[in-house]
Amino acid sequence: MTEQLLFWVFAILTCGGAVAVVATQNVVRMAFWLVVSLGSVAALFFLLHADFLGAAQLLIYVGGTVVLLVFGVMLTASGHTIRVQASPAEVMLGSGVGLVLLFVLLFGINSVDWADVSARIPAAGDSPAVVDETQDRHLREQLASATTPEEKAAAEEAIQAVHARRQSGRTVRQLGLSFYGLRPERDLNQPAGQSLAPGYLLPFEIISIHLLVVLIGAAYLARAKRRATSGPGVDL
Amino acid sequence: MGEVGLEAYLFVGAVLFVCGVVCMATKRNGIGVLMGVELVLNGANVNFVAFSRYTPLGLDGQATALFVVVLAAAEAAVALAIALNYYNNHLTIDVDRGNELQG
Repeated sequence: MTEQLLFWVFAILTCGGAVAVVATQNVVRMAFWLVVSLGSVAALFFLLHADFLGAAQLLIYVGGTVVLLVFGVMLTASGHTIRVQASPAEVMLGSGVGLVLLFVLLFGINSVDWADVSARIPAAGDSPAVVDETQDRHLREQLASATTPEEKAAAEEAIQAVHARRQSGRTVRQLGLSFYGLRPERDLNQPAGQSLAPGYLLPFEIISIHLLVVLIGAAYLARAKRRATSGPGVDL
Repeated sequence: MGEVGLEAYLFVGAVLFVCGVVCMATKRNGIGVLMGVELVLNGANVNFVAFSRYTPLGLDGQATALFVVVLAAAEAAVALAIALNYYNNHLTIDVDRGNELQG
């Protein structure tokens, strides 16, 4: 019940923030609504038991990217440029197309039987959801076949333990190991002789080089060179 | 108001995506367009994490979402550098003014 309530609160905050980003014309207010929306997305990540990803979202997005955007607003906005509005016809056309696209997406999501789809995905070894589901089912069978009150109490306690572990959602160590190229949560319960699950070592290395290139490139592009004199594209 | 399932998170992701696309299409401020890109990437991330939670895919969705977050930060840095250059050359951030390449 609490999870449902929190989900609805943060889902409404997320969607409302996103709609407000579109509806607002002032760039600084847009940045504020973006903070609201992205922060609520981080809360949704926590609700989805992705604790590390939620923390990373808060640190990188809300703490880094939005601050970067606000700096961009500060460095580029000078009075008359802070309100650059599209014409009402363009806004109407854009929101109409957006509504149609939203309708198509919602219809598509609604018309797919997601339980069937996820049942047809081959179970990824020891992924936390699968383990908990099978354990849960097993324990429920035990509970149904239990005769004495002691057995019943023990089975209920075990089910509670499985639920508590599912609620905890500790993913930091597994994510870190997968970036190191190891997938123990998949490999440990596999039969011998099977090849190991691939990790994310190579993408991790590629993204570190990519970040270095981006750092150098952004510093190169944004270096101070004021040549805002009258050129062909300037008509002030 | 039933049990929160996969579809609810997919709906949130769809709304984020559509808002981002409309933001990219209708804003004339370059920074506003960048904010639309961030919204689109976040919608994709919500979908990734929801699938990692509600299907047997396990941790792959979360790892991919982490890569998306890092790439979005990098993209924002480069795009802001480009926006600053644009502002230095045009003295405005209105993206409709960047039409010199029309010939």
